[in-house]
Amino acid sequence: MSKNNGEYLIIRNDNKYEVIIGLEVHAQVLSESKLFSTSSTKFGSEPNTQVSLVDAAFPGMLPVINEHCIKQAVKTGIGLKAKINKRSIFDRKNYFYADLPQGYQISQYKDPIVGEGSVTLDMPNGEKNIGIERLHLEQDAGKSIHDIDPQNTLVDLNRSGVALMEIVSKPDLRSLDEVNAYIKKIRSIMRYLGTCDGNMQEGSLRADVNVSVRKKGDKKLGTRCEIKNVNSIKFMQMAIDFEANRQVDIIEEGGSIDQETRLFDTKKNETRSMRSKEDAHDYRYFPDPDLLPLELNDNYIDQIKKNIPELPDEKKKRFIEKFKLSPYEANILVSDIEISKYFEEVSKNSDVKLATNWITGELFALLNEKNIEITESPISSKNLSKLINLIKDGTISGKIAKSVFEIMRDGDKDPITIVEEKGLKQQSDPKELENLINKVIIENPKNVEAYKSGKDKLFGFFVGQVMKNSNGKANPKLVNEILKKKLN
Amino acid sequence: MTIDLKTVKHISKLSRISIDDNKAKKLGKDLNSIFSFIEKLNELDTKNTEPLTSIAETTLKLRKDEIKSENIREDILKNSPDKNKDFFVVPKVIE
Amino acid sequence: MMSNITDLKLVELVDKIKKKELSSSEVTIAFIERSKKSKKLNAYISENYENAIKKAKIFDQKPDFKKKLPGIPIAVKDLFCTKNIRTTAGSKILENFVPTYESTVTQNILDEGGIVIGKLNCDEFAMGSSNETSYFGNVQNPVSENLVPGGSSGGSSSAIAAKLTPATIGTDTGGSIRQPASFTGTVGLKPTYGSCSRYGIVAFASSLDQAGPMTHDVKDCSLMLEIMSTYDTKDSTSVDFKRENYLTNLNENIKGKKIGIPKEYRVDGMPKEIDELWEKGIKIIKENGGQIIEISLPNTNYALPTYYIVAPAEASSNLARYDGVKYGFRSKGENLIDMYEKTRSEGFGDEVKRRIMIGTYVLSSGYYDAYYLKAQKVRRLIKNDFDEAYKKVDAILTPSTPSSAFKIGEKLNDPVSMYLNDIFTVPINLAGLPAISIPAGHDKKGYPLGLQVIGKAFDEQSILNIAFALEKNISFKNNITDWWIK
Ligand SMILES: [Mg+2]
Ligand SMILES: [Zn+2]
Repeated sequence: MSKNNGEYLIIRNDNKYEVIIGLEVHAQVLSESKLFSTSSTKFGSEPNTQVSLVDAAFPGMLPVINEHCIKQAVKTGIGLKAKINKRSIFDRKNYFYADLPQGYQISQYKDPIVGEGSVTLDMPNGEKNIGIERLHLEQDAGKSIHDIDPQNTLVDLNRSGVALMEIVSKPDLRSLDEVNAYIKKIRSIMRYLGTCDGNMQEGSLRADVNVSVRKKGDKKLGTRCEIKNVNSIKFMQMAIDFEANRQVDIIEEGGSIDQETRLFDTKKNETRSMRSKEDAHDYRYFPDPDLLPLELNDNYIDQIKKNIPELPDEKKKRFIEKFKLSPYEANILVSDIEISKYFEEVSKNSDVKLATNWITGELFALLNEKNIEITESPISSKNLSKLINLIKDGTISGKIAKSVFEIMRDGDKDPITIVEEKGLKQQSDPKELENLINKVIIENPKNVEAYKSGKDKLFGFFVGQVMKNSNGKANPKLVNEILKKKLN
Repeated sequence: MTIDLKTVKHISKLSRISIDDNKAKKLGKDLNSIFSFIEKLNELDTKNTEPLTSIAETTLKLRKDEIKSENIREDILKNSPDKNKDFFVVPKVIE
Repeated sequence: MMSNITDLKLVELVDKIKKKELSSSEVTIAFIERSKKSKKLNAYISENYENAIKKAKIFDQKPDFKKKLPGIPIAVKDLFCTKNIRTTAGSKILENFVPTYESTVTQNILDEGGIVIGKLNCDEFAMGSSNETSYFGNVQNPVSENLVPGGSSGGSSSAIAAKLTPATIGTDTGGSIRQPASFTGTVGLKPTYGSCSRYGIVAFASSLDQAGPMTHDVKDCSLMLEIMSTYDTKDSTSVDFKRENYLTNLNENIKGKKIGIPKEYRVDGMPKEIDELWEKGIKIIKENGGQIIEISLPNTNYALPTYYIVAPAEASSNLARYDGVKYGFRSKGENLIDMYEKTRSEGFGDEVKRRIMIGTYVLSSGYYDAYYLKAQKVRRLIKNDFDEAYKKVDAILTPSTPSSAFKIGEKLNDPVSMYLNDIFTVPINLAGLPAISIPAGHDKKGYPLGLQVIGKAFDEQSILNIAFALEKNISFKNNITDWWIK
């Protein structure tokens, strides 16, 4: 593999292969109850405690759709700049599996609720648009647990029937970096909209990854393999890398790729075929006769459109124009809705430049170190804003501010109180500073002489001595000014 | 058209119903007689006909996003063939 | 004394209980006693006698005469899930299944004071026209020994005709209420699709299934429909329309009603008796001021093949949930797939397996368009035929079945000839319309024959009224001797 000018290519025997990637992201809809039943979607409950008669497919049980889930899908569709289909149909996808109680999954096949759209990725060498093929609503399955009972597989149906949005991209992705950026962008859009919490640890966001390779320059797509249910960006990247190389090896040896479903083994870091060929799947999709076609009118769609919040792309544009941020800075600050909210709260009452630097610098470092989200930040936006104002109005220096920040991180203390209690206020009284400076000049006659005779570099020495004697509290700007006057 | 034994076996596999060769032969015979009777539909030209999926003269009913079903694990597992109190149990699945 | 009670019709029993001439306990015990003496008919799969008598006593202690079924005992088809009462759908795969919930239709009956005395036999998963596919054995038609009672609601038709219950309920996917009613000289009504909730009814073919009443006469039928038909938010295909007080509004005046006679229903080889019966019906309509109009339903001939694609397709998917995991029969398997295959192979009977296979085939890749999609298109044509006809007429009159009841075993090895039984009833399910079968005469052998009145969607009142008028003029007598009681 090589990365020439950001290109992701696999090179074997002088042949360059391009990797073509498409993603089917399964995003759990944020809702109280399930897609077709009234049981809770809460994560982490005792097994089989959130299962209704409908979820467990008891005889005679019927699905009734959750209106909120429809709204969430439409919202997400709008966020993906996609066409909302006014008529969509729920189909049954038939297959047998232990954690699929009905023997079919209710999904949307030919007529999904959302059609074509696109998302824009910010890549180092410019923007790139990734096409969205469709978004449809479907039920999640339950969970098969293989490691509790050595003899049997146990089935927990708590997830059974939870609403998922399957977002299918076009095969437009070409590198692991693009996959990373794409997932993050989709996640960001859904979090802005409040349609999916994007929590990958809890499985709210998983993806099936379609991978094929072709010789660079070829127009025709190669045969693809689908890697099922990968639940982190890191694993997606590892799976793609393994799979692409596997396919290239086969082609280089004169073989051809079988279209198949594969599984990524996170322990062995490899993909392997999931189902034998004789058991090839035939899902026998057909419209679910228990449900009618879903019809949406213009008024309904317009009403949702009207209430769509500002999304990352627009916010970025506004940040650049209004706050004069660089595209790079803006990108970081809009990437997550909570970060952007924090930033806007801080910058509302403080200097934007300082706010940007402090958030992307000190605060991010802190969050990283503690491995927490910005919503869990020990330093509130209000107090960070106060700290920045203390710098801006000269009460403390940037250096002192860093030590104040160190104190704030253990309990969100008001920086004004910290500065007062610790006596960290900057010395900006010219009289006092003059006294400090005079003392340094008197104590270092040799250096004064040397400086005057042309050793300019010694200026820093005098500043340092003054700062040292003031315990760092002297206002460095004023010290500079006064020193210059005194020495020249 | 005729449905051969291989097809019967394939359908039985898809249906998750095991059948032995004797039964498969008998079933093949039945299916062929049923499908020859079904072939009658080919007399009709339906090129310009929209398929009819649902006969109910109504639009899809929507439900509010409310939790109404409580924990009924006991009820859910009561009829299950295996007597585990927390889970449904199936033969070990190796993926 | 006892036999007198069971001779009474539903409306008469309700009246006598309300007038305190009879108690719920007396009535309940009378029907239970007769049921006990009628085991030979094999109409019941599960009995709920003790419990029912307890309930009757409780009712008598604190009677509520405002209810429409005050303490009335009722046996129901074993396709309705009943809380704490075993529900099998006539299948081994549900042999020991006890629901923790109640179907909406049976709940409606309970809410009106009805008492469930047992669960009635039926074809396995309602797939059959003679009740011979039931895991729990054949049902005898009380009309004559070794005669099928029709199907799939064969236990229901047998129980009502033999007076084991004052009224009952069935389900009708392609004729499963009307054909057994016709075979036993009783009244059966399939409501408009969306009239009675499907919640809690073991599904056969979701787009066709409807529950409906089976009774001695049209009055009783009207009362039962009034109770059964409610709008239900638990069923997405339930329709919120204005439901009539069918019994209160029942009247025999059909003056000016336009009744259609579809020429395509005159099929080849139909017994002469049936033709004569039809003529008799036509004559009565005319004599009562109704107008007879010849209509055409040109796609009628395609209804059966369409049905035998649509119904199995839906069934193949609906029955996928019977996999031995959550409830019901399980056969031990070496692995998951083996367990599925053995469970379903041993748990389902031959007819059910046959239909699952047909359904799987018509939906499978490469065949969907040729079969399933084609059938849906023809279904549209069939529905259009009725829409066209109803521009000219208020209702349609046809025979209910192309023949009278046949002997047990007679058609068992010829699925297609068995399927032909439903030739007059199936188009109505495909079009989602209401239809009633009423007894109208006997054939040479003395077996009952029925006439079918088909209505416009949600116009159950009209077909009840027309059936009421026909009933009055026909004055059918079901000459059933109690041959099965020694
Ligand atoms: Mg997929
Ligand atoms: Zn999916």
